Amino acid sequence: MTADHHYPSPPHFRKPLWDTPFHERARALSQNDQFVPWSGYSTVDVFTTVEQEYFAIRNAATLYDLTPMVKYRVAGRDAQRYLNRLVTRDVRKLKVGRVSYVVWCNDEGHIIDDGTIFRLTDSDYRICTAERQLDWFLDSAIGFDVEVEEITSSVAALSLQGPTSCYVLKKFGLAGIENLKPFELREFNAGGRTLMVSRTGFTGDLGYELWMTPEYAVPVWDELMAAGRTRGIRAIGSQALNLARIEAGFLMPNVDFISAEHTVRMHRERSPLELGLGWLVDFDKPHFNGRRALLKQKAAGINRMLVGLDIDGNKPAHNALLYANPTDERECGFITSAMWSPTCKRNIALAILDAPHFAMGRRVHADIYLHRELVWERRMVTATVVERPFFAPERRRLTPPADR
Amino acid sequence: MSHAWDTIIIGAGHNGLVCAQMLASAGHRVLVLEASNSVGGFAASREFSPGFVASNGAHFLHQFSDELTARLRLERHGLRWSAVSLATTVLGAGRHLRIQGALVEGASEQDAVRWQQLTARLARYAGFLATVQRAIPPRLGSVDFHDRWSLLKMGLRLRLLGRTDMREFLRIAGMNVYDLATDELDDPLLQAALGMDAILGSNFGPRAPGTVLTMLSRRAGETGSANGYRVPVGGVGAFASALAAAATAAGASIRTNATVAGIVVENDEARGVDLSNGERLSATRVVSSVDPRQTFISLLGTEHLDTGFVRRVDHFRQRGITAKLHLALNALPVFTGVPKSQLGDRLLIAPSLDYLETAYNASKYGEVSALPALEISIPSVNDHTLAPAGRHVLTAIVNYAAFDAKNGLPTARSTLLSNTLAVLESVAPGIIDLVSASEMLLPMDLERENRSTGGHWHHGDLAFDQFLMVRPFPGAAQYQTPVRGLYLCGAGSHPGGGLTGLPGRLAAEKIQRTDP
Repeated sequence: MTADHHYPSPPHFRKPLWDTPFHERARALSQNDQFVPWSGYSTVDVFTTVEQEYFAIRNAATLYDLTPMVKYRVAGRDAQRYLNRLVTRDVRKLKVGRVSYVVWCNDEGHIIDDGTIFRLTDSDYRICTAERQLDWFLDSAIGFDVEVEEITSSVAALSLQGPTSCYVLKKFGLAGIENLKPFELREFNAGGRTLMVSRTGFTGDLGYELWMTPEYAVPVWDELMAAGRTRGIRAIGSQALNLARIEAGFLMPNVDFISAEHTVRMHRERSPLELGLGWLVDFDKPHFNGRRALLKQKAAGINRMLVGLDIDGNKPAHNALLYANPTDERECGFITSAMWSPTCKRNIALAILDAPHFAMGRRVHADIYLHRELVWERRMVTATVVERPFFAPERRRLTPPADR
Repeated sequence: MSHAWDTIIIGAGHNGLVCAQMLASAGHRVLVLEASNSVGGFAASREFSPGFVASNGAHFLHQFSDELTARLRLERHGLRWSAVSLATTVLGAGRHLRIQGALVEGASEQDAVRWQQLTARLARYAGFLATVQRAIPPRLGSVDFHDRWSLLKMGLRLRLLGRTDMREFLRIAGMNVYDLATDELDDPLLQAALGMDAILGSNFGPRAPGTVLTMLSRRAGETGSANGYRVPVGGVGAFASALAAAATAAGASIRTNATVAGIVVENDEARGVDLSNGERLSATRVVSSVDPRQTFISLLGTEHLDTGFVRRVDHFRQRGITAKLHLALNALPVFTGVPKSQLGDRLLIAPSLDYLETAYNASKYGEVSALPALEISIPSVNDHTLAPAGRHVLTAIVNYAAFDAKNGLPTARSTLLSNTLAVLESVAPGIIDLVSASEMLLPMDLERENRSTGGHWHHGDLAFDQFLMVRPFPGAAQYQTPVRGLYLCGAGSHPGGGLTGLPGRLAAEKIQRTDP
């Protein structure tokens, strides 16, 4: 149970934002100097234009520096029991070499964070999170024979996403990568370097994530770029990724929900049932954090729910309030994420709606404000509750993927 | 759904036995499981040297109410007193005081009057606290009738103290006993006597915030008996034996040498226990009189609990810094200036509050006190069953010994023993030569002997953050726990430590009310 000090970086009090192992390459490709802080690292928001980068995700291959994603190693005799008590899903079903998307709750059944669990061996797991969780993870370890260690800076990570990503990895030298199934995880050897590759991502597209020691970062970046040259590979920043994840219907912590550990106002916290993540909650497994509270909530009924919306027109409904009737004084919900989806050709959004308005097919009204040359215009347009994800191409699951 | 037992109680300490008697009387099939070979725990007696018997932990009864004694018919079940209404003699260098309730001999006339007035005032506050101690703590924010009624009654009783007393109570309740004692009294022995009542058994010196609350809680416990400090024939262990007899007579079964290894949970409900010998005993409910940490972390297992709750268990302060001394003496010692007739008293060696505070300092830094403060009993003065003819037993509660002894347990044990003997020798010259056997039990020894985490005499400090509806911590403060069918009934629960029997009694009442 130690702090994270593997990768040689200066102390945070000398350099508040660290560089990732890919920083030199990112700096060279950045055309706008658009860097943003992410979990203590300086990362690229947009390299060239967000449109160019977004379309590369859906039509070619993209490299995204994932290193700041917070990573923990969970290992020991009780690692499985520990994780099974920590998260709402049944971790006993997670086999070696597989990855699982999970959420974890506090005692009240409110979500603290979401993330992915990687099972490396019988008793060795990795859990990737959006926020730092060491305090919660260590306190959760009381009474378990388990080691929890933050390894964020000792693992460099790249996300390679897009329809040509499998081809790029093959060319890069990962023999047999085409057989890797969604949520599968395997070690590969490429040019004498051992990399861990998982078929995971945040785009809802065909894609992979590569996990490596920081010493391999620069050569791997260079070789992937070279391997992908004929397949339109390009580095992307967080803005383009955010568009792809909305189309995929994925939730962004601190955008679509606030961690229960950070909320200060009443009723700002969210349970997995309210976020439409009931499928992640397994009441049939042994006790897990928040189980008793969630059972009560389930019995009492859900008062609000996160849903997908299909909105009339083509004006993104950023931050719009939602009304049951256009003339209502009180709103019945609000938008958390919104965009015009170029791939779906739909005006889409994620929103929190009060009961009973979150029912599938139900129509509400979005109050959209448009800022046009210092003049605010207002549009009240119809929005329909629809299924998520908005975009789910067959290629994201196809194994082996098309060879292109 | 048929279980061998309605209720299994873990631990035959005095609270476990009180709870057992009450539930058995109400018709439960009750089984009490005790890990050691005799009942009582901190309230047991033991032969520490051939022919010499000492009370294991507490050596006086002063908080067990006459009403509960009568209700449990303890006298019919063998409880006899060797001494009642014992005075407190406070020993200092070359002089002593004798306190009997509100009366004090040996102090200045002015201090005697002040003591009388202070005692009367504190008795009124203790009276209020006593009503709080005798009720199941209300849950805050609850809409339950009992919770609301209980909270309302508490507020009403506080208001009934009257404007002046209510203000004064609220003024001093959060204070430290050092400030209160020096504000009210001049005599350092009298000040220290008040200080001792605030710190005995807890992880406090007299300057610790909230020590007026612990002092008042002790006095509140004492309001239930007309007999003050008293000692059973055979030592405090005889009291535990009478409780066991009362529980057995009510229909409860008691098994000693039965160590519980774990609590069985099925479908999120406590359904029995596993013994260390592999035997499984099933029950409709399990009531634990062992401390909260051991109950939740060792016996239940954190996998059945939420992390936030476990955090509260982990933060519960239960590090004991109080040691116990047992001496076998070849003859009755002579305390300088103290008449022989007073040697059966509750004897305090606490010359001043600064002496107490200095003694406390050592415990903060992994050490034992160079000059410990003592509460002494020589029960053999009034009870010849405790030592061979002409010989005597001296027991002392010794303040202080750090839980984590910096220089190792054996060194701490021998250092504290010689320091304590030196202090005794200073007020009773020649006593060291009378010692034929000695036993010094450090907090870690008490933890092992009594299977109580931290060896804390009260299973956890009594302080504002571990008091009333937050004792031991939210989520377990009304004897119920997050796991259905699992209850607490030990000193870790309201109203806390001391031989009051109240946690056991209130837990039984809670079970009868909610889960009969």
